[in-house]
Amino acid sequence: MSGRLRWRKFVSNFMLTLTGVCAFVSVAVLFFILGYLLFNGGTSVNWAFFTQLPKPVGEVGGGMANAIVGSAKLLLAASLFGVPVGFFGGIYLAEFSGTAVASVVRYAADLLNGVPSIVIGIFAYALVVLPFKHFSTLAGAFALGLMMIPITLRSTEEFLGAVPRMLREGAMALGASKWKTIKTVIVPAAYRGILTAILLALARVAGETAPLLFTAFGNRFWSQGWGQPTASLPVMIFTYAVAPYEDWHRQAWAAGLVLLGLILIINILARTILSRGIAVPRG
Amino acid sequence: MAIANPTIPSAGPAAGSRSFLSKLRDGDEIARLITFLFAASVVLITVLLVYELWINSALARHKFGLEFFVTQVWDPVMDQYGALPFIYGTLVTSVVALLLAVPLGIGASIFLAELAPARVSDTLQFFIDLLAAVPSVIYGLLGVFIVVPLMRTVIYPALNKPLGFLPFFKGPSYGVGFLTAGIVMAIMVIPYIISVSREVLLSVPRDQREAALALGSTRWESTWKVVVPFAKTGIMGSIFLALARALGETMAVTMVIGNTPKISASLFATGYSIAAVIANEFTEATGDLYLQALIELGLVLFLLTFILNGLARLLIVVTTQKGSGVVNR
Repeated sequence: MSGRLRWRKFVSNFMLTLTGVCAFVSVAVLFFILGYLLFNGGTSVNWAFFTQLPKPVGEVGGGMANAIVGSAKLLLAASLFGVPVGFFGGIYLAEFSGTAVASVVRYAADLLNGVPSIVIGIFAYALVVLPFKHFSTLAGAFALGLMMIPITLRSTEEFLGAVPRMLREGAMALGASKWKTIKTVIVPAAYRGILTAILLALARVAGETAPLLFTAFGNRFWSQGWGQPTASLPVMIFTYAVAPYEDWHRQAWAAGLVLLGLILIINILARTILSRGIAVPRG
Repeated sequence: MAIANPTIPSAGPAAGSRSFLSKLRDGDEIARLITFLFAASVVLITVLLVYELWINSALARHKFGLEFFVTQVWDPVMDQYGALPFIYGTLVTSVVALLLAVPLGIGASIFLAELAPARVSDTLQFFIDLLAAVPSVIYGLLGVFIVVPLMRTVIYPALNKPLGFLPFFKGPSYGVGFLTAGIVMAIMVIPYIISVSREVLLSVPRDQREAALALGSTRWESTWKVVVPFAKTGIMGSIFLALARALGETMAVTMVIGNTPKISASLFATGYSIAAVIANEFTEATGDLYLQALIELGLVLFLLTFILNGLARLLIVVTTQKGSGVVNR
């Protein structure tokens, strides 16, 4: 073997090994994050964390019960707003619309998907907080719901479009109307993919902090209702992490572990069990 | 997207020729109308978003005009607002992030697309997808408690001693600053670069590789001189996509950039970014002009990401179509 060839083979092996190292390092980051959170948060997650309100500044102990409930309320209201808009909009795109209208809607959805979450926060502030003159759970839910729309819409369209033509024609040949076909044949055939996408959208907004800062704001106590500010896990992590108190840092780790655990579990369930055999699009 | 049957024409004459009334009775027209309203609301919301940003920044736009973008002063007490320090901070941190993330991300995507067996590649991609799902505030948390101390004890001495004569590595470090924010941001955008680049690389036709190998090139030469150039535009697209994400990145940056509206050449210095200043000062902005100046910053951020996302989509579509969209395994 000539020296030149040997050199080329060496370069080839070296560079290919290097790409492997890159891939390994990237994936290792995930396990590092998980391990570090488990290590730091694991010892701080206790019963009080889930059941108690935050203690006044300076006192040790307390929990984040109000933030956990707040996050749940925000996500519930966000889904009630975002999922129907995305789902029915997606049905329109896949089943009813002409190409011109569809491309306008699609473009708007893609644009909305790319808007930085902090800008979504400003929008929700201008549209919901300003007219009512105070921060509210609903404003936060509106911001999060907005972020769920494009993902739900595009994946509903995609999965409905992927239902084989034969199923549609079979239903129509039996005399079913178009709506009946959609309702009883097409949507049921695509529901697993759509559900996966909705769950992934939910997991994504569950960790969003920026749009909540000046919509749902924060609250050291139980929220007084949908029209009042509420605490949420991501905002709590932010506030506690940048505060100068040791005990708050400990609780920030605990909240981080709980939040990330929840998000990863939803992701894993959606991606493995629910979407078996389906190509899941990336948000 | 593959719809499996290109040959059969649309649903047949029966569907089209039914009377409007019978369609109404079956619910078709009602369903069309209702779903249309939902689809239209998406367009409406998007238009409204741009409108609200524009209207609610009118005061600041009229007062400062284009000066806004070149003024360094950000002084709420004197009611003077200039965006330059924030634009600078956003750009510097994004560039640092890309410098770190692009080589690593492309390297990893080459491994996943070209080298790893399908099963391994899919498993690793699964983990990468999970990594992309980790929320920004968690990266911020890790940034504050891992990267910041690491910056003080390891990275700063390692760079400042040998390279301190360069303006980028001059001066003291407080742990937080441009470089810290750039590093955290890099870790956050790597998954996006990997996912998109991998898909683009997989769409390169197999005969390109085989031709290169048949001509006697090594595995690496065929990858680097044939496959990667073929996918170049799409990889650029993935980088633009990552850049758009980086520009709009809020929480993690807010937590580690130091939050001082200053322009410094040194990467160790503290700074501020557009998204971070909005996150920090929005709720305490007293006075209309202050609030509107922040909203104008939001408008700037929106326009930047809008342009980058558009470019990215275009580049990715161009490349995957060139490869005829067939995924090789």
